[in-house]
Amino acid sequence: MRAYLPAYHLEAVRDLNEVLGRLTREPGRWKLFAGGTDLMVLLEAGKLPHRNFLNVWNLPELRGIEVAPDSVTIGAATTYTELRNNATLAREFPLLCRAASETGAVATQNRGTIGGNIANASPAADSPPALLVYDAEIELVAARGARWRPLHGFYSGYKQMDLGPDELIRRIRLPRGQKNWRAHYRKVGTRRAQAISKVCFAGCARVENERIADIRLAFGSVAPIVFRAIETERLLRGEKISPAIGPAANEKLAQEIAPIDDMRSTANYRRRVARNLLAEFMEMLSSH
Amino acid sequence: MPDSAGKVRVQCRVNGRAVILEAHPMARLLDVLREQLRLTGTKEGCGEGECGACSVEMDGALVNSCLVPVLQAEGTEIRTIEGVAGDRLHPVQQAFLEYGGTQCGICTPGMILAALNLLARHPKPTETEIREGLAGNLCRCTGYTKIFESVLEACRALERDS
Repeated sequence: MRAYLPAYHLEAVRDLNEVLGRLTREPGRWKLFAGGTDLMVLLEAGKLPHRNFLNVWNLPELRGIEVAPDSVTIGAATTYTELRNNATLAREFPLLCRAASETGAVATQNRGTIGGNIANASPAADSPPALLVYDAEIELVAARGARWRPLHGFYSGYKQMDLGPDELIRRIRLPRGQKNWRAHYRKVGTRRAQAISKVCFAGCARVENERIADIRLAFGSVAPIVFRAIETERLLRGEKISPAIGPAANEKLAQEIAPIDDMRSTANYRRRVARNLLAEFMEMLSSH
Repeated sequence: MPDSAGKVRVQCRVNGRAVILEAHPMARLLDVLREQLRLTGTKEGCGEGECGACSVEMDGALVNSCLVPVLQAEGTEIRTIEGVAGDRLHPVQQAFLEYGGTQCGICTPGMILAALNLLARHPKPTETEIREGLAGNLCRCTGYTKIFESVLEACRALERDS
């Protein structure tokens, strides 16, 4: 059933300081509203539990992509379209651009934001796996101050995250220097495009002298949170690339993930696909 | 609470005309366009951003108007299907007519806006670019082939005219 509109509030704000002030003065009262690609769907379905929102779409302090010598910093309200069109991101962080280009179609990419995708905390979100394997950090800002923390570890459980009621995600920072890593991103859904993921995979690895010098693996939709397969990474790090390492890594991954049955897929299917995606990545590493 | 409580005034331009809208800030741009401005060319399909029937341009960007709260239209320039034709149909509209790009018509306004938006970004699109540009617009009648042919024909017509 559709929502009763007068029960909801969406308020315009002058600038980021006003947002931070209101989050501090009335903790828990306000949530942020950016491109609305998730919130408006919930509203229309009568399933939007929170009632009071501050409009942060277009706040200049939350937008833009800055390239510095050692990092690229992305404003939280940067859209998927802006991510896709950024030449530095396309060159150095192709998995993020892949994720952006496979999230919905043009109209959704024009409105969906990277910060919204993180804060919405869906375990099926498509950009966090890419951000995780690039070792992204996020800046959380409140009136009392700002702090940077790794995206890894930000989620503690389904829709649970290390974000105070007075804080918001202002920026995402990606360390540069991973240009020569081998990287792979693949989203598996009902169709090749315009489908929500059943399983999503991002992986990157630095290979030196036929050995895996470093590796990062992240998955969507195989756990209550977007998930970095730390145990599997540890098993693979330092190993010589050969068909022999595949099965053990695959077993480790199967122990590490906790997929569920839901409306989009089954735990069994997800487990199988997650293992296949890891095997595909391993094959890609060995075929170079 | 009376229904008028909590409404806001939103100033924007729609199809080149300055308008002042009065609505709940979370009201869908789609509903305000249709009900207040009587611009009923913009259709509602799914109401959840999947089908693209409600596509309009906002500051030159294609958006699903069912997912835009009207507060965010403040200060923007909006183009709906009613703003596409001049004295004559736009070549994209003409091509949809001649090449069978339209059957029941519900997806057509959104398809045409998506096609125009694509052509503004890629004046000579490949078939892959056309498919990607229209990927967010669902049609249950045509099977898409005639729609893609219509867009290709529109490109040829625009090139002939230029």
